[in-house]
Amino acid sequence: MSTRLVEFVNVGMQFGERQLLDGIDMPIHQGEIVTLIGPNGSGKSTLIRTLLGLQTPTSGEVVRHQSLRIGYMPQKLHIDPTLPLTVEHFLRLVRGVNRKEIKPTLEKVGIPHLLHSQVHVLSGGETQRVLLARALLNKPNLLVLDEPVQGVDVNGQIELYNLIDSIRTELNCGVLMVSHDLHLVMAKTDTVYCINQHVCCSGSPQQVTGHPAYQALFGVPGAADSIAIYSHHHDHVHDDHGDVVAEQEHGPHCQHHH
Amino acid sequence: MFEFLLPALLGGLGVAAVAGPLGAFVVWRRMAYFGDTLAHSALLGVALGFLLDINLNLAIIAMCVGLALVLVTLQKKHFIATDTLLGILAHSSLSLGLVAVSFLDHIRIDLMSYLFGDLLAVGMGDVFWIYAGSLLVLSLLAIFWRPLLAMTVNEELAKVEGYPVEAIRLLLMLLVALVIAVAMKIVGVLLITSLMIIPAATARRLSQTPVQMAVTSGVLGCFSVIGGLWSSYQWDTPTGPSVVVCAAVLFLLAYTLPIGRLRQT
Repeated sequence: MSTRLVEFVNVGMQFGERQLLDGIDMPIHQGEIVTLIGPNGSGKSTLIRTLLGLQTPTSGEVVRHQSLRIGYMPQKLHIDPTLPLTVEHFLRLVRGVNRKEIKPTLEKVGIPHLLHSQVHVLSGGETQRVLLARALLNKPNLLVLDEPVQGVDVNGQIELYNLIDSIRTELNCGVLMVSHDLHLVMAKTDTVYCINQHVCCSGSPQQVTGHPAYQALFGVPGAADSIAIYSHHHDHVHDDHGDVVAEQEHGPHCQHHH
Repeated sequence: MFEFLLPALLGGLGVAAVAGPLGAFVVWRRMAYFGDTLAHSALLGVALGFLLDINLNLAIIAMCVGLALVLVTLQKKHFIATDTLLGILAHSSLSLGLVAVSFLDHIRIDLMSYLFGDLLAVGMGDVFWIYAGSLLVLSLLAIFWRPLLAMTVNEELAKVEGYPVEAIRLLLMLLVALVIAVAMKIVGVLLITSLMIIPAATARRLSQTPVQMAVTSGVLGCFSVIGGLWSSYQWDTPTGPSVVVCAAVLFLLAYTLPIGRLRQT
């Protein structure tokens, strides 16, 4: 078993009368992509903030492995327009950064040409990549990404998820991602936690999409999708990762009949 | 003429050279009103200094630092909007200062010089204080430049990356308090903030990086001091306000003249 980087043990968070998180148990391992999904206000960001040490849980604890190094990518970046700042200078702010690594890191995330651009003129997708570069410069073994594809068009989202996946493979780091829904993030995720104050359900993407608790929150997959997702007829069957599976093989949670 | 103006010139340049770079942070972090509030409370520091018979500079610094700490504590409680809180503290501390000064009937205080500054009354002793304070602030700015900037750009990111954000925020407030205490002689409590934010705002137009903006801001502040002193000498205008008017003219020029090499965002 690979190293367990972080484990949430019965984590709860209460604000006055409001219970934001309740009894969350969740381990994250090296090399694993874990995705948190849940509706707005379900406590996803709060859960991440307890991991980052920005908030202390009111009950339970977050157990961190001693080797844990987090690279954090916030939801968005607001820099006051009165502050002139190039991408290079923004990345130099990383604590103890080796300046020679800035260029290769920008190449890794696909934006080497933006080194001298002002951060204020970047598009949504470019900003996300700069933030990802900053997270990587921390030499993390766990990437924490809060809605990494926010404000990015569908094609850009797919590219970003592919990039995150290839970084995971290259660095063998853990990845904890927050997402609104499962559509695009699905193919690259190992484990999904569906959260609405507590853990509604968890498991592989196909286990979760078949779970009644997920369907109660997000609807039955494919039933009323407002976006068209590319599909075609197969002479074989895919699971939700996109891997081909033999027809007669079914997972333990398989509920359909032939 | 020169000998008579020399301490004023030296003192003014010393203040402007540090108020500019620190002013950049005040502009970036939108602390202008905060600076104003601290400056207003400085008068209360003067009154207390006379009442308790302690060094005025120390009294002002203590007052500003004390108020900064009160502000941070009250801000955390979130029971009232920050700008309202600043307004209350700024004007009640200024008024309290004026009331306290009126009780000092055994000492004659030139109130105008504390409110608007009296550059020409600066002596060599003051110049020493100004340079000691300015050097301290400038070296702290240089040493803690990266953490200060990291916190300014994004506090959460800085905190996750391991910067001691609370301590740095406190440091910045202390630096502002120090500069106010030092600059009070030059431009007075009502005009101090302008010496920080106007050159910095002008420098924004001319800069591509944070360091550029901080340095340019200091240089522009020095030009304003020279221009203010000169016009004060020429036309017998009050020096503090003349310096501020000069800074404002530079600001207007920077934003109205077509400056070619600029790639304004």
